[in-house]
Amino acid sequence: MSDSGRPVRVEAGPALAPHLPTSNDAGVVPTIGPDGERKLMTINLGPQHPSTHGVLRLIVTVDGEQIVHVVPDIGYLHRNFEKIVERWSYPGIVPFSDRNDYIAAITNEVAVALAIEKLAGIEVPPRAVHLRVLFSELQRILSHILFYGTYGLDLGAFTPFLYAFREREWGYTLMEKATGARMLYAYNRVGGLRNDVSDEWLADLAKFLDFVEHKAMPEYMGLLIDNEIFRERTIGVGKLTQEQAIAWGAAGPVLRATGIPWDLRKNAPYLCYDQFEFDVPVGTNGDVYDSTMVRMREILESVRIIRQVLKTLPNGPVLAKVRPTLSPAAGDYYSRVEGPRGEVGVFLISDGTTKPYRLKWRAPTFCHLQLTPLMAAGGKIADLIAVVGSYDVIMGECDR
Amino acid sequence: MNILLAAILKVIGVLMFVGLNAYILIWGERKVSGHIQRRIGPIRVGGPSGIMQSAADILKLMSKEDFVPSGADWWLWVLAPVVSVAPAVLVYLVLPIGRTLVLRNLNVGLVFFSSVSSFTLLGIFMAGWGSNNKYSLLGAMRAGAQLFSYEIPLILSTIGVVMLAGSLTLQRIVAAQTHYGWFIFPQIVGFIVFFVASVAELNRTPFDLAEAESELVAGYFTEYSGMRWAMFAIAEYSNLFTLSALGVTLFLGGWHGPLLPGWVWFVLKSYFLVFVGIWIRWTLPRVRIDQLMDLGWKFLFPVSVLNLLGTGLYLMVR
Repeated sequence: MSDSGRPVRVEAGPALAPHLPTSNDAGVVPTIGPDGERKLMTINLGPQHPSTHGVLRLIVTVDGEQIVHVVPDIGYLHRNFEKIVERWSYPGIVPFSDRNDYIAAITNEVAVALAIEKLAGIEVPPRAVHLRVLFSELQRILSHILFYGTYGLDLGAFTPFLYAFREREWGYTLMEKATGARMLYAYNRVGGLRNDVSDEWLADLAKFLDFVEHKAMPEYMGLLIDNEIFRERTIGVGKLTQEQAIAWGAAGPVLRATGIPWDLRKNAPYLCYDQFEFDVPVGTNGDVYDSTMVRMREILESVRIIRQVLKTLPNGPVLAKVRPTLSPAAGDYYSRVEGPRGEVGVFLISDGTTKPYRLKWRAPTFCHLQLTPLMAAGGKIADLIAVVGSYDVIMGECDR
Repeated sequence: MNILLAAILKVIGVLMFVGLNAYILIWGERKVSGHIQRRIGPIRVGGPSGIMQSAADILKLMSKEDFVPSGADWWLWVLAPVVSVAPAVLVYLVLPIGRTLVLRNLNVGLVFFSSVSSFTLLGIFMAGWGSNNKYSLLGAMRAGAQLFSYEIPLILSTIGVVMLAGSLTLQRIVAAQTHYGWFIFPQIVGFIVFFVASVAELNRTPFDLAEAESELVAGYFTEYSGMRWAMFAIAEYSNLFTLSALGVTLFLGGWHGPLLPGWVWFVLKSYFLVFVGIWIRWTLPRVRIDQLMDLGWKFLFPVSVLNLLGTGLYLMVR
């Protein structure tokens, strides 16, 4: 199907499946020295461990406290998303995609919906486009707030987590009022959104934004980010150069922490992001402190975008007339959106039938986890936790 | 016969206090942390403000399976909680609770206190080695490095007080504070070193590396559950109280105070220091092992030595 002649859809058969490293291959680093003395120790961090954000397993080789090598072992949350959607109708993919990045479900929905709408040539009403921007940014705020809380946990501070959940609870209540669900919304449809939001809801949202900007953010900064211990723990840890970040496919805050102002909302505008004014925060050192700061400043930028959406929100329908069974013309399209964790990409191939021929999901967490050995080796065990936490790992999108 | 009876009563009294102290502090830590985290803490289990929460905990812990991990070094593993509790109980022997209320007024009370309390490390090491678990081992190694590094500034910071008071007897040190005023004022540097080092000695945030949850699951007591785990908790909270009590004795005037009887002041001041410790624990993130070592050896140690030097110079020119 693809131009190079290689099959993009792996039919069953072991010949096509390359040898992937298994957990048995983890002993890449010999734990026994040349004189037969046992020098290094291999530890399993996960899949059940207090700080692995779900079911990530890290096979860590340590020399005392020093990290020698890390092998991330993924796949514990594999749900066969890409293969299952090959048997589904196009509109059915959108709700299922919620389960990928379940902390920012709207982002997934938008990515899939954009791809299908592009292939099927569906025009989305302007109000729906604006609301998609609004919900994407609200999700970004909620996701970054959760990141703040869990990152505090990773570094041993429990209290920031509960402060983060104060705003998260409010935000999820808002989402519930608008969409009917708290986490997995199934709110986007091919052609727009399922339902409109009321004016009262928009007023509530404005209150939430004020609270986040004027009350929550100063508290977050004072409680954790500006703390001297936090700075000691994160500045200079997990340093990434710009070349490394590009070479390993980093995206989002991890990439921007190195100083590269790459943001799909600016560099490859989708929806109607080109109508809004916002800055792309970047770091300078590429360490985990910078990526945390990038996220914290992005919260404020998202607040700024939502305020502009609220001002310019057009009236009209939110859902275009779409036939219940879609069969887009044969062809392929790669839609990409800027998720809270980085570039969420959907490569969709249609063969003209009612079911997609192939869907490939690009998950930022998957790419970032490859960086773990690079960023954590040579540091201490505590640094490894700080590094993995700084990716804002969501195993749902990594394992798919 | 009377002496024996008195000794038994004293032991029972101390053990009851240790148990009650752990009971109240576990509940208090939950309440205080709850309010720090804009929650309300336990309220539902019973009694005013959920005071029965700890009783429910004890019931739960006692009804748990007595689990021994396979491959554990049985003797070390079983004895470790006991060895941890023992020094925590022993140090009550010399605590000057009131003007005349002290179990044994040893003439080397401070030396006794610091030497006995350093036994805690033995229990931690036994637990870490005996568990046959890599997390436990790492936790015990961290605890070893940490307790060893912080014992030295801790003891050095108390010596300044000893020099001013001219005695190692804790009762005399308290009595000396009637002339000098509380030693926290002339020995403010010593008090700061003492407080930081005692937080580290207690393995509490920001120095809770030995049980760092996000890194080592639960450190040296990863494999422990039920009452064996509870004994570690009792030892931890008992140490929290006794080290705070030592701080009160050395720096905050011990049982001195107006109106109320001496022992009330002593307990109130001790629990105030405990409260400060809880406050710190639920506010700060954790330091890293090398930063911990740097703080101990490159900052607290020289500062406490300089403090000793200053105190000595002051005593010479006085």
